[in-house]
Amino acid sequence: MDAPLPCPAPLSLHVPEPPQRPGSEIDFSALSVPPAGAARRPDTDCSAADMTDLAYDLVRVLDDEGHAVGPWAPALDPDTLLRGLRSMMTVRAYDERMQRAQRQGKTSFYMKCTGEEAIAVAQGMALDRADMLFPTYRQQGLLIARDWPLADMMCQVYSNAGDRLKGRQMPVFYSSREAGFFSISGNLGTQYSQAVGWAMASAIKGDTRIAAAWIGEGATAEGDFHHALTFASVYRAPVILNLVNNHWAISSYHGIAGGERTTFAARGLGYGIPSLRVDGNDFLAVFAATRWAAARARANLGPTLIELFTYRAAAHSTSDDPGKYRPENAGARWPLGDPIDRLRRHLIGLGIWSEARHEALGQEVAAAVQAAGKEAEALGTLDKGPFHSARTMFEDVYKTMPWHLERQRRQAGI
Amino acid sequence: MATMTMVQALNAAMDEMLTRNGDVVVLGEDVGYFGGVFRCTEGLQRKHGRTRVFDTPITEAGIMGIAVGMAAYGLRPVAEMQFADYIYPACDQLISEAARLRYRSAGEFTAPVTVRAPYGGGIFGGQTHSQSPEAIFTHVAGIKTVIPSTPFDAKGLLISAIEDDDPVMFFEPKRLYNGPFEGYHDRPVVPWSRHPASEVPEGHYAIPLGKAATVRSGAAVTILAYGTMVHVALAAARDAQVDAEILDLRTLVPVDIEAIEASVRKTGRCVIVHEATRTGGFGAELSALVQEHCFHHLEAPIERVTGWDTPYPHAFEWEYFPGPARIAEALRRVMEE
Repeated sequence: MDAPLPCPAPLSLHVPEPPQRPGSEIDFSALSVPPAGAARRPDTDCSAADMTDLAYDLVRVLDDEGHAVGPWAPALDPDTLLRGLRSMMTVRAYDERMQRAQRQGKTSFYMKCTGEEAIAVAQGMALDRADMLFPTYRQQGLLIARDWPLADMMCQVYSNAGDRLKGRQMPVFYSSREAGFFSISGNLGTQYSQAVGWAMASAIKGDTRIAAAWIGEGATAEGDFHHALTFASVYRAPVILNLVNNHWAISSYHGIAGGERTTFAARGLGYGIPSLRVDGNDFLAVFAATRWAAARARANLGPTLIELFTYRAAAHSTSDDPGKYRPENAGARWPLGDPIDRLRRHLIGLGIWSEARHEALGQEVAAAVQAAGKEAEALGTLDKGPFHSARTMFEDVYKTMPWHLERQRRQAGI
Repeated sequence: MATMTMVQALNAAMDEMLTRNGDVVVLGEDVGYFGGVFRCTEGLQRKHGRTRVFDTPITEAGIMGIAVGMAAYGLRPVAEMQFADYIYPACDQLISEAARLRYRSAGEFTAPVTVRAPYGGGIFGGQTHSQSPEAIFTHVAGIKTVIPSTPFDAKGLLISAIEDDDPVMFFEPKRLYNGPFEGYHDRPVVPWSRHPASEVPEGHYAIPLGKAATVRSGAAVTILAYGTMVHVALAAARDAQVDAEILDLRTLVPVDIEAIEASVRKTGRCVIVHEATRTGGFGAELSALVQEHCFHHLEAPIERVTGWDTPYPHAFEWEYFPGPARIAEALRRVMEE
């Protein structure tokens, strides 16, 4: 008989904690930021196994001086770059106005994407207008990049008489079939497998359109993330699976979602899906990675997982106070900088932009947002109305209203 | 006209719709090459191709999410859940997504998905292969719930479900797949070929959703039933020698209130039967509807004959199953009033 083992130390549970909490110094020194231009750019038919390094690396194009460097630099024409800048600035101005509107009681809720503008805007621009987008609630930039009317978006936020969704959805849960922007769900992650289903349908029908989905790093713990990767891999679906790692799922830092042990991009490798980790605050890197993934999808080479590494500079929503769980102004100290500033510096470096023109553009987008705001508010706000008739509440539950809803509508007296 | 089993009738419905409409696809675990564990999709992949009828990974949630995305694209997916008992992981995609997509997008996006699921007991499937979860779905706004009881209805209702622009939960009474079951576990199963409702027309025909069928006319009491219980109720009415009128509801949502109201007003009595557990079951809704619509015509309290509020036990199936004897007893009780 074996000798008895010495009594082991008691087990202990590891519960991830962010490096800093309120009151402590902001310190991002542990973050490893590789130099811009260093990541290699494989061919689009590269297998997941042959590009494992890129799931742990960080694709960056814009360096600290604003130069576009390395194999991922997408060589965009000035017009595209300026449109990108304008869209990102519009998103920020839009967010600021709608946040203010919420504070004024004109709506119940709002969610900004401050610091993450490059993701939705660059990706929206890198995809074809006919491709179908399955966003989360923080990709308002997709609609703006597709030139969707700001006033229409505001009407949704206000649930007013001009809201095409008839006051049924929470603010920022937009939907626009025409803009290829899929209806947003509050149940996190559900859009991921739906996007794969849409992409599979496109392939079944011999269409040329592809799908793209977004998910936050926190929601990768949801089953739908994994179902989607399984189906995308199995059927080689023409889909881009974007994963926005903004480090915070409300108050839970990304370690709680599994970000301490590996990257989120690396999740794709186990499914055999080529995966990239990209500087999400770098308009050019995001654009280039998206184009690369879209080329793969269009060539029947299947899905790509892209982790967009960024930081949620603002609160989760107007119902959240980030000062309760992280140091104040942490977003302002994010080592990868501000996406708008980085693109502005790049454009100035190219000699196609100036501080004066930048300031003028800032005023121009602010005026456009203000004009749209007035247009939307003329159709009503949540605190004062007017709204659609409450009678519309009973519509669209089914294609045609069944007897029991008809009866309930009459009981409601509307 | 050919006689068919319910399995063959369901297969014929999918075959017909795959042929008629290039947007119809069939997906689920084992539905492709093998033709499904109950053989409902046999031969469909060979005939229609692997991108129209295909096997999926074992994830009901994944199947449902994929089907919602396909439907949003414009396809008409027919998704098989291998057993209704396995549907719970798919519930978020079905209840939170498919059911509300039209509503939340004000009609911009829709999810015309048909979800097929074999349900019910009687095959010694234990508590994980015998459930009747229909009431869960009847409680969800935006989903229609359909349950056939004969091969003829199975084909016509499944065609309607696939053609319907709303998501449809289509429960198949697996005890009826190969023959009508009257609830006598100690008697041999009579094959469908000896039942008039196994005469199934070739080609396309549709039985409208929301319309009940009167399977037996009578004047003394109305029995409201669906699925397997239609056949059990017929046996019970015969055994109890009661002049019962039996309505096969066929669609639970939207339920055929006109047929229910007309029958109960005529008979003045109502017995509701289902195999699912009692509390919060669809029988409770039917009972409330009868009370609301027919109270002044009732001559006896409404009776419910249902499965017990326990999981479905393996060894005690026949004690659990609401067989003819229990229904006959309820019929006698209401007739005494």
